[in-house]
Amino acid sequence: MTTQTETSHAASPSVDPDEVAKFSKLSAEWWDPHGKMAPLHKINPLRLAFIRDAVCRKFDRSARSLNCLSGLRMLDIGCGAGLLCEPFARLGAQVIGVDPSESNIAAAKLHAERSHLSIDYRCTTLEQMDARERFDIVLAMEVVEHVTDVGAFLDRCAAIMKPSGLMVVSTLNRTWKSFALAIVGAEYVLRWLPRGTHQWEKFVTPEELTRHLERNKLGITEQAGVVYSPFADRWSTSSDMDVNYMVVAESLE
Amino acid sequence: MAAQRSIVICGGAFAGLALALALRQGLGPDVPVIVADPALASRPSRDPRATAIVAACRRLFEAIGVWEVVGPDAQPILDMVVTDSKLEDATRPVFLTFAGNVEPGEPFAHMVENRLLIDALVQHAEAAGVTLRATAVTTYDAQPEHIAVTLADGSTIEASLLVAADGARSKLRERAGIATHGWDYDQSGIVVTVGHERDHQGRAEEHFLPAGPFAILPLKGKRSSLVWSESRREAARIVALPDDEFHAELEKRFGLHLGEVKALDRPRAFPLGYFVARSFIADRMALIGDAAHVIHPIAGQGLNMGLKDVAALAEVIVDAARLGIDPGQADVLERYQRWRRFDTVAMGVATNSLNFLFSNESTLLRGVRDIGLGLVDRLPPLKSMFIKQAAGLSGEVPRLLRGEAL
Repeated sequence: MTTQTETSHAASPSVDPDEVAKFSKLSAEWWDPHGKMAPLHKINPLRLAFIRDAVCRKFDRSARSLNCLSGLRMLDIGCGAGLLCEPFARLGAQVIGVDPSESNIAAAKLHAERSHLSIDYRCTTLEQMDARERFDIVLAMEVVEHVTDVGAFLDRCAAIMKPSGLMVVSTLNRTWKSFALAIVGAEYVLRWLPRGTHQWEKFVTPEELTRHLERNKLGITEQAGVVYSPFADRWSTSSDMDVNYMVVAESLE
Repeated sequence: MAAQRSIVICGGAFAGLALALALRQGLGPDVPVIVADPALASRPSRDPRATAIVAACRRLFEAIGVWEVVGPDAQPILDMVVTDSKLEDATRPVFLTFAGNVEPGEPFAHMVENRLLIDALVQHAEAAGVTLRATAVTTYDAQPEHIAVTLADGSTIEASLLVAADGARSKLRERAGIATHGWDYDQSGIVVTVGHERDHQGRAEEHFLPAGPFAILPLKGKRSSLVWSESRREAARIVALPDDEFHAELEKRFGLHLGEVKALDRPRAFPLGYFVARSFIADRMALIGDAAHVIHPIAGQGLNMGLKDVAALAEVIVDAARLGIDPGQADVLERYQRWRRFDTVAMGVATNSLNFLFSNESTLLRGVRDIGLGLVDRLPPLKSMFIKQAAGLSGEVPRLLRGEAL
């Protein structure tokens, strides 16, 4: 016996079964810890813990509770297929995930539905969102190195964040080390990422990030480098922010 | 909050129930934890065996709240002697003695009667809100986002994870197509409880007789639990003997150092074997306890290995769930496997070598092992390392075994 628990999409006349198959495949690729997204899956617990702990401190919650984010409105910019959105929704947050890629959003929606999670996924960009929306938590994880104008982007992030809220930004530092590791290493030698995924010129230094945030009366309250140890095949947080790093920004007032 | 999928544990013996309690404690009331086992219908337990609970596992039982119930009836092992002799030797030279403390005031192990432990686990599980289902798991269907578990009563549970705690002949392991690697020792362990005239003073004895180890493990009230290895054929003969003839065999091995000795129940023989599952995990499934491994009881580590699985699996599940990560996801289960499988294989090899070294009549090997044991006895740091190892307190120790809450 087997129990059929998957929702049948083919039954709905407005949905093209070929499209569903395509997004189903894409969603499976995103969520396969050994697949194309393997590096992201390896880093994910680290990112989740960094964000969760910052949020719990800020909003005085217990990180041991499976409900620690309940009632908090969270925006994940560049959400992909929901690798951050789903865990935070499970912890009780009201999550809005935005991504400019239609196929990513379709894949994310499909996966959330199968995981019985209710997440508001929107195929849009930060600029196109209703300027009156406000969030307790704004996540810009591995996004700023892809935008055309970092300053304008962070201005928007600051504007949609509640004054009592918190922003978490992760990106790649612009150092010779990051050129060697993130471009030559990750894209050419190890081939973790397709060539051309990153342009080193667009990486952002912590000083630049601080300048943009301060203009919006935000200050960095926590920061951590993310480093890879090749022998243990493990990522960990570190004070070394030369390549990958994450920061928490809050109102200075 | 978002609805959390349940965790189903197939098998309601020590490992399954201890895991259920640890998960309940670490995850809180929002994640349903279900234990399915037809044996849950037959209570109280009538299992006549007793088990050595090493210090690390006692800490786990303390953390999940059952030690306060079974502790008063548990006999601490205060010291231990190891001898090496032939059956007909008039005296048994002592090669190794342990004062059995891992920390001051903390005995390295306790002897607990199985029935007391299992009943306490069942009661605590019920009180903690674990759903106990006295029915079998008949089949399952693993999907990318969940696993559908079907019970013998026809109901189906959509779970995030299915845990196989269904013993050495695990049906779930078989259904998952996981092969095992191991061998048969052609030995059986005879298990019997004896009463004796004088108090054992909390001393455990292990006599390495040519047929295999003969262990005397102290119980409360001038009683001891024996684990006595023989070739399979000899064991079958011995357990079938009439009471008076059995008594003669018993006395020949037990000796008279505790006065008059007599069997308090019928002896039973259990075949001894060794195997390790080729994998401890499958899609949305994890194997724990005897379903994952069975080792020779020579070092008394079988149950304790299972409880280490419990502590490690509970920790990876709880850590994942607190990050919002689906605990049945492949990378979570891989962390459990990396943590436990190497340790298990190493323990299997070690106990197998011990058994080879001790279960034979070779004079040369006897010389080698006696020099070895004598050395260990004279080198306190080495001895203390062995005690820590036997107590389960070496290596990367899960939080529950260190006595910390999850």
